[in-house]
Amino acid sequence: MMTAAPPSAVAPRRRRAPGSLLGLNLLAVALGLGLWIALAALHIAGLPGPLAVLQRAVELVASGALFVDTWASVRRVLIGFAIGTLLAVPAGFLMGWYGWARGLLEPYIQFFRTIPPLAMIPLAIVFLGIGEVPRVFVITLASFLVSVISTYQGVIGVDRVLINAARTLGAGDAVIFRRVVVPASMPFILVGMRTGLGAAWSTLVAAELIAAQEGLGHRMQQAQVYYDLETIFVALITIGLTGMAMDRLLLAIDKRLTVWQERR
Amino acid sequence: MSPARPPEGARSLSEGRAAGPREHPFSTPKIEFDDVSCSFELKGEPFTAVNRLTLTVDDGEIVTLVGPSGCGKSTLMNMAAGLQDPSGGEVRVDGREVHGPGPDRGVIFQQYALFPWLTVRENVAFGLEVAKVPRTQIDDTVQRCLRLVGLEAFADALPKTLSGGMKQRCAIARAYAMDPKVLLMDEPFGALDALTRVTLQDQLLDTWRQDARTIMFITHDVEEAVYLAHRVVVMAARPGRLFKVIPVDLPYPRTEAMRLSAQFLQIRNEVWDAVYHQH
Repeated sequence: MMTAAPPSAVAPRRRRAPGSLLGLNLLAVALGLGLWIALAALHIAGLPGPLAVLQRAVELVASGALFVDTWASVRRVLIGFAIGTLLAVPAGFLMGWYGWARGLLEPYIQFFRTIPPLAMIPLAIVFLGIGEVPRVFVITLASFLVSVISTYQGVIGVDRVLINAARTLGAGDAVIFRRVVVPASMPFILVGMRTGLGAAWSTLVAAELIAAQEGLGHRMQQAQVYYDLETIFVALITIGLTGMAMDRLLLAIDKRLTVWQERR
Repeated sequence: MSPARPPEGARSLSEGRAAGPREHPFSTPKIEFDDVSCSFELKGEPFTAVNRLTLTVDDGEIVTLVGPSGCGKSTLMNMAAGLQDPSGGEVRVDGREVHGPGPDRGVIFQQYALFPWLTVRENVAFGLEVAKVPRTQIDDTVQRCLRLVGLEAFADALPKTLSGGMKQRCAIARAYAMDPKVLLMDEPFGALDALTRVTLQDQLLDTWRQDARTIMFITHDVEEAVYLAHRVVVMAARPGRLFKVIPVDLPYPRTEAMRLSAQFLQIRNEVWDAVYHQH
């Protein structure tokens, strides 16, 4: 922020032309597929080839099973992630803004951060039963813990000079909070949301391996029982692609909300 | 180009300023440091930033502060701004003791301190919006202040697209928008290249000749200190205190020719001596 840039010089987002980067991406995917085909041709551990997996995917789409499972999983993640984020942002702000809130919340957050959310599953099942609630609870916990730390870091990292500038312009605490602290920590909140979503998504499948009636994790467990490797691959690829799509969506929102940031 | 006026006489402060700059010496005290001290903990050790300093800046006067690092010049300014409480003595602006920051004292920071998520226009409007000034009045004032610093064409630009000089002009426009009684400037041109610095110095003096606003200006640049000021205040460090006050007996408007005059150089050398040979 202190370097003098030439007038109206907007720094380019990426060093390399996006075209050549995309080319490399496609090349990498093609090489990976080739390797997969080669390994499948060697019949290692009954590994299915891409074609067999694609065929199974078409079947699962046609029967509607893939949509039911994907939607069940996405819904769980979205609910858990939404609750986790909605709780994390105010908690992070409280911790960053008020010393007493930091003192009260920090020990718990630091403690629970060291416990993998999945380790809470047995306890959650005992207390919350085997329905939807324990699964969503674990996902909520995972995204909350990531987001709250990130928001807190954002709030305590707000440039002191900006706060002082606002004060000299007549702003009181409430205005400073709303018009300086919130926008200044927005990049941190969004980073927290992206990592939180990743945490939620990776917690989901494990949560679904236990006593779910539908969902991608449940589908994989069923397939494992019948040695149905094709279905496992379809579910895995769906998990990857859906997770990537959600991350890209958040990234696009992030870019729009933080255009003002000086990027290098 | 009159200074922007605040709404409904909320800050009645411009009376008697229309007369323009008066001749030195001045009569009405504007900023008073009355036996002021300020000490705080620095890296676990007690540190006296300012020790029993008394200084008066008069209404319409430009005073520049120079001195080695650690001489407390920024602390002095922060006390006037209300960002730092004195641990002894009293700071008064317009005869009233300073309690916390307020829009009657415009502060310009070296780091510009623009809100990066707001456009130039929104930055300048910030203080007026906080004061709940009606929208049309805000628009007028912002327009006038942007014209004053020559940034109308960049009203909708984000700070990240501006050069350092333009950022600082935006910050100055933001301070003018509140029509403050005094301008407190903490090395405002320190991060700029020499050419831009000279341009902004002249722009500042141009505006001052119209509104005769009291200015307290910190700098490391001895020439800048002499060029702008009625009086150059040289401070000394450990503990921060007043070392020497050097009057600049040169008329306004200050010109380029004046910078090269023997009289200017003589004052410049005197200030230089006071800053760099304090023993």
